[in-house]
Amino acid sequence: MDWDWDYALSIAPEMLTTGLKVTLQATFAGALVAFALGLVLALGLRAPWSGIRGPVRLIIEFVRSTPLVAQLFFVYYVFPSALGISMSALATGIVVLGVHYAAYTAEVYRSGIDSVPKGQWEAAVALNLSRPRTWTSVVLPQAVRRVLPMLGNYLIAIFKETPQLTLITVVDILGLGRQLGSENFRYLEPITIAGLFFLLVAIPASLVVRRLEHRLGT
Amino acid sequence: MEREPVPAPADAAPAAGDWMIRFDQVVKRFGDLTVLDHLDFHVRAKERVTLIGPSGSGKTTILRLLMTLERVTGGLIEVDGRPFSHMPGRGGLVPANEKHLRVARRKIGMVFQQFNLFPNMDVMRNITEAPVRSLGRSREEAETRGAELLEMVGLADKAHEHPARLSGGQQQRVAIARALAMEPEILLLDEVTSALDPELVAGVQCLLRDIAQESQLTILCVTHEMHFARDISDRVLMFDRGRIVEDGPPEQIFGEPREQRTRDFLQAVIEAG
Repeated sequence: MDWDWDYALSIAPEMLTTGLKVTLQATFAGALVAFALGLVLALGLRAPWSGIRGPVRLIIEFVRSTPLVAQLFFVYYVFPSALGISMSALATGIVVLGVHYAAYTAEVYRSGIDSVPKGQWEAAVALNLSRPRTWTSVVLPQAVRRVLPMLGNYLIAIFKETPQLTLITVVDILGLGRQLGSENFRYLEPITIAGLFFLLVAIPASLVVRRLEHRLGT
Repeated sequence: MEREPVPAPADAAPAAGDWMIRFDQVVKRFGDLTVLDHLDFHVRAKERVTLIGPSGSGKTTILRLLMTLERVTGGLIEVDGRPFSHMPGRGGLVPANEKHLRVARRKIGMVFQQFNLFPNMDVMRNITEAPVRSLGRSREEAETRGAELLEMVGLADKAHEHPARLSGGQQQRVAIARALAMEPEILLLDEVTSALDPELVAGVQCLLRDIAQESQLTILCVTHEMHFARDISDRVLMFDRGRIVEDGPPEQIFGEPREQRTRDFLQAVIEAG
């Protein structure tokens, strides 16, 4: 099978605009949910009440122990009839990706929080800073800084997981490639373009994360 | 955690107001290990007291109890005539809650062995964060005072550096300025030069000596540097196994110690140093 440049150039613009837009939307919005909710869960794991810690631990274990696709299907196909909650395919994808990865980033934040030396907490007590202020001014800025490279890796992981959203009818760059392939009976070019696109984004992103790791000395 | 009954406010105690710090039958245990064993002692306002003794004798625990980094297992601590480790409740005294401790520890500042500066803030922010957030000072007011304190510790030009770019001695000076910015009445110094390179020790000690002489602070100092202890304090307490073995002015403790245990300890320190 020969590579057809004319065909490749004719589909590339649509793939890199429509498809790319969906992929990036899902990645960044999903990551935003994951990073914010992950922090909330991490704080839940450190809550002084076992009535909070227990359920948070349970949610995290549950999300980590079930496949992303099962979660996508459940929310997209079961929620509307069972709970009367229905969202667009893309919104569902963003929420599920976000919640799924929040279960992982919670552990990342937790490791960052645990790595803040005891002396920092003690200095905050000695300076009579309130508990919330100690978290916001002293602990979290140091904890988050330490885990930035790990969060970067999860951002890349989320990016590479976005094609799973095609299973609930979201048309991302790979899904669009497959669609164009079936319309034209030629899959080589669209699937290759989609694959190259992932490579072109993921490799520089990994390099950025590695430099960040180096700079932060982790 | 096990708590021993709190003794009734002792009638044997001297009149309130005479003492800045009073330990009354204070017990501190970590599991099976008794670190402080029914300890009684008083410190007068503006007194400068050094605690000496072998490692594990309970000196640092005393500072940590006063900074509320640890809670007593038994007994009572009073500061400035008021219950510190405890608060009134249920017809007597009950262990202090966080709210009581926040008010109580306002009078106390501490400088740590490992400095514990906040690495995510520059020097000025390290010094001003607590006055702004917990004393309610305006940022401007706090920075004016911060600049004066930095001037005093000889680091006026480092206000906008981050701690990681400073030497150990400089970091400890910032930590001293940070503690003073909270306007404490009691300053706790926990082996403040132990983590410093030898050539930086003298400068920090000299600064603390000046502060001790010029301020109205009550100072409790734990140190292994005997000449510093002699310089900075007007009273020395020799500790061993959670009890005070000898209590006297530095001339007595370092010149003519009365207790064999003190003589043995000082001999060991001289041989080690």
